[in-house]
Amino acid sequence: MDTELILRVAPFFLEAAWVTIQLSVLTALLGLGCGALGAAARLSRLAVFRWIGAVYVSLWRGTPALIQVFILYFGGPQIGIQLDSFAAGTIALGVNIGAYMTETIRGAIVSVDRGQAEAARTLGLSRWQTMRKVVLPQAARLMIRPLGVNINALIKGTALVAPISVVELTYTAQRFIGSTYKPFEMFLVAGVLYMAIIYAVGHGINWLDRRARIV
Amino acid sequence: MGLDFTVVPSYFGVLLMGAGWTIAITICAGLLSFFGGIVFAVIALYGHWSLRLPFRGFAFLFMGTPLLLQLFLIYFGLIQIGIDLPAFVAGVIGLGLHFAVYNSELIQASILAVDKGQYEGARTLGLSRGQTLRKVVIPQAVRAVVPPMGNNMIALLKDSALVSVIGVMELTLAAQQAISRTYRPFEFYLAAAFCYYIVNLALEAGLRRLERRIAASR
Repeated sequence: MDTELILRVAPFFLEAAWVTIQLSVLTALLGLGCGALGAAARLSRLAVFRWIGAVYVSLWRGTPALIQVFILYFGGPQIGIQLDSFAAGTIALGVNIGAYMTETIRGAIVSVDRGQAEAARTLGLSRWQTMRKVVLPQAARLMIRPLGVNINALIKGTALVAPISVVELTYTAQRFIGSTYKPFEMFLVAGVLYMAIIYAVGHGINWLDRRARIV
Repeated sequence: MGLDFTVVPSYFGVLLMGAGWTIAITICAGLLSFFGGIVFAVIALYGHWSLRLPFRGFAFLFMGTPLLLQLFLIYFGLIQIGIDLPAFVAGVIGLGLHFAVYNSELIQASILAVDKGQYEGARTLGLSRGQTLRKVVIPQAVRAVVPPMGNNMIALLKDSALVSVIGVMELTLAAQQAISRTYRPFEFYLAAAFCYYIVNLALEAGLRRLERRIAASR
């Protein structure tokens, strides 16, 4: 183990970890947005929206995220979408994880007891009021943990922007492996930083989950 | 530059061969992850501490880091210690080990959930500890985790695209080769995505049949 080398490259890795954190946050926000829209579409009364939601989930979950990143970054300019690698990576990964979050959010909403919605409608609440005041607050508690699983996967998934040269943790590790021929050391440095991020986020999700429990 | 899908059919053979390699990698890595998952689960539950502790560290590291980073470690790490494997083998090992760790977590929980009476009964009948595990406990534990392991196999198929980065010839790299000759990334990546989608649908249908057969045999 070459500790002197590790100390020498550490600043570059810390900077890269910051990029990974930014990527993770933006991807998670975009994913949650897409997931909320997707779930609304899949639960819609209109068949055309349900169909659009189902196609979104099926296509985006049925193809590799790496290919989705490549289509947007390399293929985008052909259809007039010119994005830098960070933006292309964030958007592609956010829309990708959004397809998984659609299913998570939908699952939480449909697992709220039917009687709750029926009782609210009987009491004279509109469909929208029922959703907003009765079903969603209960579903929100149920979806914290499974969304945490999606977010854990998303943080590791941010490595997929390394092939399009976003200077994040995996790209930095790859570059230093190439220049120092010390794959184990570089893996360890990047790995420790990834695990620190994942551990911190996991901790936050556990805290949220505990707070949201009713009893 | 607009879109022109008419160039795609002339590279049909290249893409088809790439899809064939993707299927081959998925099968090889899938088998490795299945049997590796069983071995890892047995080590984690019954192994001597000198085996169990390093394994826990390895599993912790592999579940907390991206697959792509692990592929770089395995590919360049093996070269550094003097083992120069073909990219295909390195890719299969990387994918297989990664998913073996995830499968092992599922199998461990499932082994613990097998009724204790099964274990005691087998031991009473004179089977050794190893025989009991191999012939009584593990077959039951593995059946119970077919659905979640199936999800891991589907994830493996899609993640096999990552081995293109270490130079394994498969669907994604085949598409890249066609792109380097035609400069049509949108068309060929979309064609590759279509191929992945078809293979994915076939795999899902196969897994559903397997689940039904196992449910029927119980």
